[in-house]
Amino acid sequence: MDRFSWTSGLLELGETLVVQQRGVRLCDGEEKVKFDSGVLLLSTHRLIWRDQKNHECCIAIPLSQIVFIEEQAAGIGKSAKIVVHLHPTSSNKEPGPFQSSKYSYIKLSFKEHGQIEFYRRLSEEITQRRWENMPTGQTIQVNKDPQAGRIRAVGIVGIERKLEEKRKETDKNISEAKEMVELSKAIANKIKEKQGDITEDETIRFKSYLLSMGIANPVTRETYGSGTHYHMQLAKQLAGMLQTPLEERGGIMSLTEVYCLVNRARGLELLSPEDLVNACKMLESLKLPLRLRIFDSGVMVIELQSHNEEEMVASALETVSEKGSLTADEFAKLVGMSVLLAKERLLLAEKMGHLCRDDSVEGLRFYPNLFLTQG
Amino acid sequence: MHRRGVGAGAIAKKKLAEAKYKERGTVLAEDQLAQMSKQLDMFKTNLEEFASKHKQEIRKNPEFRVQFQDMCATIGVDPLASGKGFWSEMLGVGDFYYELGVQIIEVCLALKHRNGGLITLEELHQQVLKGRGKFAQDVSQDDLLRAIKKLKVLGNGFGIIPVGGTYLIQSVPAELNMDHTVVLQLAEKKGYVTVSEIRSSLKWETERAKQVLEHLLKEGMAWLDTQAAGEPQYWLPALFTELYSQEITPEEAKEAIP
Repeated sequence: MDRFSWTSGLLELGETLVVQQRGVRLCDGEEKVKFDSGVLLLSTHRLIWRDQKNHECCIAIPLSQIVFIEEQAAGIGKSAKIVVHLHPTSSNKEPGPFQSSKYSYIKLSFKEHGQIEFYRRLSEEITQRRWENMPTGQTIQVNKDPQAGRIRAVGIVGIERKLEEKRKETDKNISEAKEMVELSKAIANKIKEKQGDITEDETIRFKSYLLSMGIANPVTRETYGSGTHYHMQLAKQLAGMLQTPLEERGGIMSLTEVYCLVNRARGLELLSPEDLVNACKMLESLKLPLRLRIFDSGVMVIELQSHNEEEMVASALETVSEKGSLTADEFAKLVGMSVLLAKERLLLAEKMGHLCRDDSVEGLRFYPNLFLTQG
Repeated sequence: MHRRGVGAGAIAKKKLAEAKYKERGTVLAEDQLAQMSKQLDMFKTNLEEFASKHKQEIRKNPEFRVQFQDMCATIGVDPLASGKGFWSEMLGVGDFYYELGVQIIEVCLALKHRNGGLITLEELHQQVLKGRGKFAQDVSQDDLLRAIKKLKVLGNGFGIIPVGGTYLIQSVPAELNMDHTVVLQLAEKKGYVTVSEIRSSLKWETERAKQVLEHLLKEGMAWLDTQAAGEPQYWLPALFTELYSQEITPEEAKEAIP
């Protein structure tokens, strides 16, 4: 336990959190110490332990101090443990809770489980040695071992290296991809917190990266929302492509209709539903002749700018009055609209006070609102 | 790292450290962007390799698709988020699912007047396979579910409701809350449900049961059989197994493509 140093618990620049687990007790070799209930955090560089009751109490050990790790199964009344064998302390180590220890290993006791995952992640980090590639802002504690410790370490590390070579090619892809994802998340956070001098253009460029990788975009800038240059282009394309179909359909189409229409036309390199929505969200700001509208029910439609749903409501009222009353189905058939949009129009008319509903088991029927006209 | 201490000296040191941290943050963000560009290029090359080996497999093999999706989930990426993504462009994963999305929408629209916008995953699967024809790639139920999850974003009310050992797919923006869902699950066993069954299985008051059933009737998801012996039965057309094999008629097909 004398390898630990006090720390603020803040991650360094370049250091990423890998996994964390609550309910972990630390043991100095075979002996219990006062650190009996804490959160254990694994980063790319360190193992950090923070007391759950007193957050100020936080200690850490660099991963480079670790020689090898072992699993110790749970027993009756005993939690599962990970035994962490350590190199001797380096001379430039920062102060910590213990000046000396008779053990060269510690035990991590997982009182609330989680040891399997933690062991796996810890093994990965020790093997990958990512801390060597990502120097942090502070001094890294390079470990200079005396001879004795080294010999033992080589043997074990040698075995580990052989195991690593056996890894599949896909695993390599996964870890590379993971690093990229970590990095992009770090940048996304920075943008979010408005740290850094990142221009609007760079933000858009960065969003394209996120888009290519398929990462949900947490960054939203007012002007373009989740949009990228790709979505801007797409929006313009859609405006061209949908003009005629919209005119043929009375100036309004549901987003699902648009999705089918556009993708059927493209044949290849289809749009994802998200692409479509993101492009449509930009229509208005790009001053294109179409717009996206979201009804109260959540139904999303594309309308021609020249289309005025409120005016259509007036004609809907006429139609309903002529027939006395209509359901959405009946109205749809009469007017030649999809039932979905027919219903939205009638609901809007009701919202505006022109129609009343009769909601029975036989269906939802709309009547002219006589309270308004004859009241 | 310094031990947390009290005293002006420690506080001042901490403030200095924080200020330096923030300053480095500015510089580092630009560096990180540059670093990211480089890593992206490397990643692209590796992915190209991966794609050349596995592209066919993805298109042809439903099990491989599941593995691939799981791998992506581990990394924390959604390969179907955009047609412009690496995954789409190099592996063609996107097109497969987006086209499936179109087919799902069309089947649901065609059958909506029969089942009120509720359909079992099995029936949807069968109808989609029929529509795709003999020479199309194999499509699994897992594929359908993933495609449907993506369709939700279009605002048309696509939803997935677990019932029995399978799923009901909702394709209309009708509001179905927990009460409705649980009645649907109850009805799944026999294809219909009665007020008494709801009362005894779920321990509800008659009023609550009736409200739920009436809502389903109004939405066209349930049909009322008043001539049943005993009490009225509420049937879910989505669960009529006899209807499964029924083809989509030409009129229904026209309804599907606006």
